Amino acid sequence: MTAPALAPPDTTAAVLEARGLTKHFPVHGSVPRAGRRLGRIGGPGPVVHAVDDVSLALRAGQVTAVVGESGSGKSTLARLLARLATPTSGELLLAGHAVPHTQRRRLDYAKTVQMVLQDPFASLNPIHDVYYHLSRPFKVHHLARSGADLDDKVASVLERVALTPADLFLHRYPHELSGGQRQRVAIARALAVQPRVLLADEPVSMLDVSIRLGVLNLLADLRDRDHLAILYITHDIASARYLADTITVMYAGQVVESGPAVRVTDSPAHPYTQLLLSAAPDPERVTPVTLRGAGAPPSAVAPPSGCRFRLRCPHAMAICAERTPPALSAGKGHSSACWLLDPGHQSPAALRRGTTPHAREGTPDLGGGEVMSADMA
Amino acid sequence: MTGERLLEIRGLCVDYGQGPGAVRAVTDADLVLHRGEVLGLAGESGSGKSTLVMAATRLLRPPAVITGGEVRLFAEDGSVVDMLEADYQILRVLRWSQVSLVLQSAMNALNPVMTIRAQLTDALAAHTPSMSRKERSVRAGELLEMVGINSDRLASHPHELSGGMRQRVMIAMALALQPQVVIMDEPTTALDVVTQREILEELKDLRDKFGFAILFITHDLSLLIEIANSIAVMYAGRLVEQAPAGALFRAPRHPYTLGLLSSFPPLHGPRAPMTGIAGSPPDLRMLPSGCVFHPRCRFAFDRCSADSPPLVAVGGRSDRLAACWLQHRDQEAPPVLAVPEPDVAGWAAPPARAERIQQGSTA
Repeated sequence: MTAPALAPPDTTAAVLEARGLTKHFPVHGSVPRAGRRLGRIGGPGPVVHAVDDVSLALRAGQVTAVVGESGSGKSTLARLLARLATPTSGELLLAGHAVPHTQRRRLDYAKTVQMVLQDPFASLNPIHDVYYHLSRPFKVHHLARSGADLDDKVASVLERVALTPADLFLHRYPHELSGGQRQRVAIARALAVQPRVLLADEPVSMLDVSIRLGVLNLLADLRDRDHLAILYITHDIASARYLADTITVMYAGQVVESGPAVRVTDSPAHPYTQLLLSAAPDPERVTPVTLRGAGAPPSAVAPPSGCRFRLRCPHAMAICAERTPPALSAGKGHSSACWLLDPGHQSPAALRRGTTPHAREGTPDLGGGEVMSADMA
Repeated sequence: MTGERLLEIRGLCVDYGQGPGAVRAVTDADLVLHRGEVLGLAGESGSGKSTLVMAATRLLRPPAVITGGEVRLFAEDGSVVDMLEADYQILRVLRWSQVSLVLQSAMNALNPVMTIRAQLTDALAAHTPSMSRKERSVRAGELLEMVGINSDRLASHPHELSGGMRQRVMIAMALALQPQVVIMDEPTTALDVVTQREILEELKDLRDKFGFAILFITHDLSLLIEIANSIAVMYAGRLVEQAPAGALFRAPRHPYTLGLLSSFPPLHGPRAPMTGIAGSPPDLRMLPSGCVFHPRCRFAFDRCSADSPPLVAVGGRSDRLAACWLQHRDQEAPPVLAVPEPDVAGWAAPPARAERIQQGSTA
């Protein structure tokens, strides 16, 4: 199956692009039992479909948010983009050039694409001070000409993440820093090599509520000032709406919806995105919550045929089980992998109510529309 | 909605350690929980919210020491128990039958080598010895069905259940003896939003059905505003504000509450830059003088660094408390902290949240 690019067409060329990226993990240990259940003894063993056919483009000066529940494959996607995992199939293009699947020229790649992890309590080494952490990238990549040059560079990278005066922080150990300061050190370490792409995997979810915005604003600043292409992985759709230019929603290893951030959150086209938004904490909610499609994600080892959301979907139709929905347009730069957007298919509910799927200015009214718009009022 | 008082905490102080090295984790905490109420306790990590409830239920272990205050539990039979004076035998009877607890990490709270049936019947066996094994098993099945899990899962071990189901088992277990007070410490934090919402909706139905009171602890103030009747906000071991949920959201009176509210990006409306709160929470070993929030407070004035403000009623309403000198009668509070009381019952006034955030950042 060809992978239609889900990212909106944009004049800015993508710095890092994934095309049909797929990662399957073999199921170790439980192979005999799982194999028996799947009737596949002797054949290839069962696999976890962690990421299936995902296309995504990260552009300079833009934050792309990937939103999904745990197990939706968003962290695996980040690892694939960082080349910490080798894809089963699909390609990765860095500035338009295909990236080899092998670990060849790994260091060059790391100079362009850097990653920030979720837990700054675990991603910094407790026995080394801030200076050590920040001098390593300069040494590994041979970026400092002399000792004095190294000191200057370390100080300047600390200043970029607003840890000033640098002298105050240089010789502190991780335990002497607050969570927010630690995450800033982790971001500074990623910025040291002057990358063009920053992959941030849940960078604020371990931080205290009152300091999360500070780190999000720092990322926004890096986007605006340094034109970094940033991937922001999160389960918090409200923070994605705040920070990101585009939001990509993942479900069970696949992209279900992608588009401009405010558009995706204000008029979600995919039933799963609608469910996610109706479940999100919202102090301004005036009507009681109606969860349409509550339940649990499917098995990643034996995902259902066709659309993976169909078992929970309030609008599921016959075709949803037969064919995987392609990314269909839901307006400018906005696409959703849902058959309801195909003019040839309409939900029984939409038909009953005599509405077309394209009722609201190109935005599909998926029946859940009533619930959503009431929530937004 | 709310009825007579069930749990009353007055002037509770908790230290970790003793002597000169002691750290005060909770200072002069006052809380009252009424029947049928959901009381939210919000605060960041280290603010003392868990310590407060663990102290009130006498579940704290050394080096934590309760150094002052009183906690009274109004039991079902009309007796009043002083929780801090009660001996082990009394506590043993009260725990689970009057006050139960749901913890954040259901995986760690459930015993991995015991079946769900064994864990659900454990409390029944201890508290109602008259029940036969068969009756207990039937009751365990009912409890599971009550939280939306098929009773054939009784024979499962915790690892065979999803995270959401494990948390539901914890809730079923907490309700086994129909306690009056259920304390929930970040019960849904580790769960996905859809599962979290499902559990919260179920919890609401169960509360309506059985009329127990919930003391709900979380760092997620935006969630609390939706589910709680009343919210208490903690900072550095102190309660800084308490108010009905709608009033707290629309018209906060303490700068810390205002800052917390502006730390959650909204799901609607135009996107506006937000600032959160400058700085980080203080080290409890080196607390600032006066008001503990003053170094991070953009409204701080001379008095804030000198005297510690008491938690007092503001605006002439007994259900609105704030510990802030700005709310003192000699002082004129900044407009963002003096928003008129909303008509909570009608949820009438549509919130001008984006406006308030902008006001906040320019004030």
